[in-house]
Amino acid sequence: MSKTYHLTAPLSEADVIQLKAGDIVYLTGVVYTARDAAHKKLVDLLDAGQALPFDMNGAVIYFVGPTPPKPGDPIGSAGPTTSYRMDSYSPKLINEQGLKGMIGKGKRNQDVIDACVKSKAIYFGATGGAGALLARQIKKAEVIAYPELGPEAIRRLEVVDFPLTVINDTFGADLYKMGRAQYEVFE
Amino acid sequence: MREIKYEDIVKSVKDMILYSATNLPKDAYKALQSAYDTEKSEVCRQVLKQILENADIAANEARPLCQDTGLAVFFVKVGEDVKVVGGSLKKAINEGTEQGYKEGYLRASTCHWDTRANLKDEVGYNLPAIIHFDLVEGDKIDIEYAAKGGGSENVSRATVFPPAKGRKGIIEYVKQVISDAGPNPCPPLTVGVGIGGTFEKAVISSKHALFRELGSKNPDPVLESMEEELMHLLNNLGIGAMGMGGTQTVLGVHIEKNPCHIASLPVSVNVQCHSSRHMHITL
Repeated sequence: MSKTYHLTAPLSEADVIQLKAGDIVYLTGVVYTARDAAHKKLVDLLDAGQALPFDMNGAVIYFVGPTPPKPGDPIGSAGPTTSYRMDSYSPKLINEQGLKGMIGKGKRNQDVIDACVKSKAIYFGATGGAGALLARQIKKAEVIAYPELGPEAIRRLEVVDFPLTVINDTFGADLYKMGRAQYEVFE
Repeated sequence: MREIKYEDIVKSVKDMILYSATNLPKDAYKALQSAYDTEKSEVCRQVLKQILENADIAANEARPLCQDTGLAVFFVKVGEDVKVVGGSLKKAINEGTEQGYKEGYLRASTCHWDTRANLKDEVGYNLPAIIHFDLVEGDKIDIEYAAKGGGSENVSRATVFPPAKGRKGIIEYVKQVISDAGPNPCPPLTVGVGIGGTFEKAVISSKHALFRELGSKNPDPVLESMEEELMHLLNNLGIGAMGMGGTQTVLGVHIEKNPCHIASLPVSVNVQCHSSRHMHITL
């Protein structure tokens, strides 16, 4: 049966190894936004032996490109983007830099699933297309790198009870495969 | 010759974009409610509940339903007895698009194909709009609009079959496209299918099929029966809302047909996420 957890980011190894695919997590704390353009820049920095714009150890990255905030709001609508576009970058951040959590939607490739097992990280799903609802859980947002990327800039977010489902856990399980196996009807 | 003012078109397009970004159309909302009532998976029911709550928040607080506010896609039927005064129709639609996306705090998502640089300064805010014009009899301008997100476009596919593939081949193809897409395009989906015509005609028809009201019947009995069969087959894939595993994968399958070349059977599948933002006006 799926369990419900309340966790605080950044995440520790103890936080993530208890989680199983299908569990519900309400996440509070600091998460960083990055889509493919920002991921490319992060990996380019590492390849050049330079420091990253934020501490990756225990970090959670949210794959999102929000709409512009209305005056007085910290952020606009902010639901997850499709995660496979980050597949070629995520394993390096997990295995070499201590990334512990990713928030997105949609399938990850085997390299990412293997990295989650090897270096203990979690891929969380948030509900795509629920950008207005999810933005309510984001209390503060600040661009900390690559403002020229506009919606794709890296933002430091402070979230409270951000609703997530564990898709890929540290044991190699995949909720998308498990869930579908339960409901697929073969004719 | 009936005259329509350039500024009136700009304003109508702008209003349509602002309304669509924050108000889920009634047909989509109703279809999602029905999916929530029918879904057997508790995980997917929770997802559908969030999607419906999101629609309520978006409408009540005038916030975009989704951060992917799409590329602006238009199907425009121009009556031959209409004259636009004060500027061109194409320019008016683009200007209305830019104004709507700016004023609504919507995302500018158009970029250069290679450098991926945002085009908001060089071309215009979320420009250019994607416009499909058609010339018809009469003195009206009919505009159908949709905000088309990237996630569901990315899993859309087209092919040209040899005629022997027939109905069975088309059904297998649509099933394969949706099965391969899995959780990525934000199900529950609307599936637009374009059959026949030339290669590009099938693709454009599959896009246009998405504009039809969810829950409406196809006037062609053969297509209607294909739609019913596909609804059944696609829901049996077990993908469910956001791919978590469930019984409600598609909200509707809409098929449009065209006469074919004797040598070919083009088929296109255009996928629409659950945030089906579309609107229709006549000027």
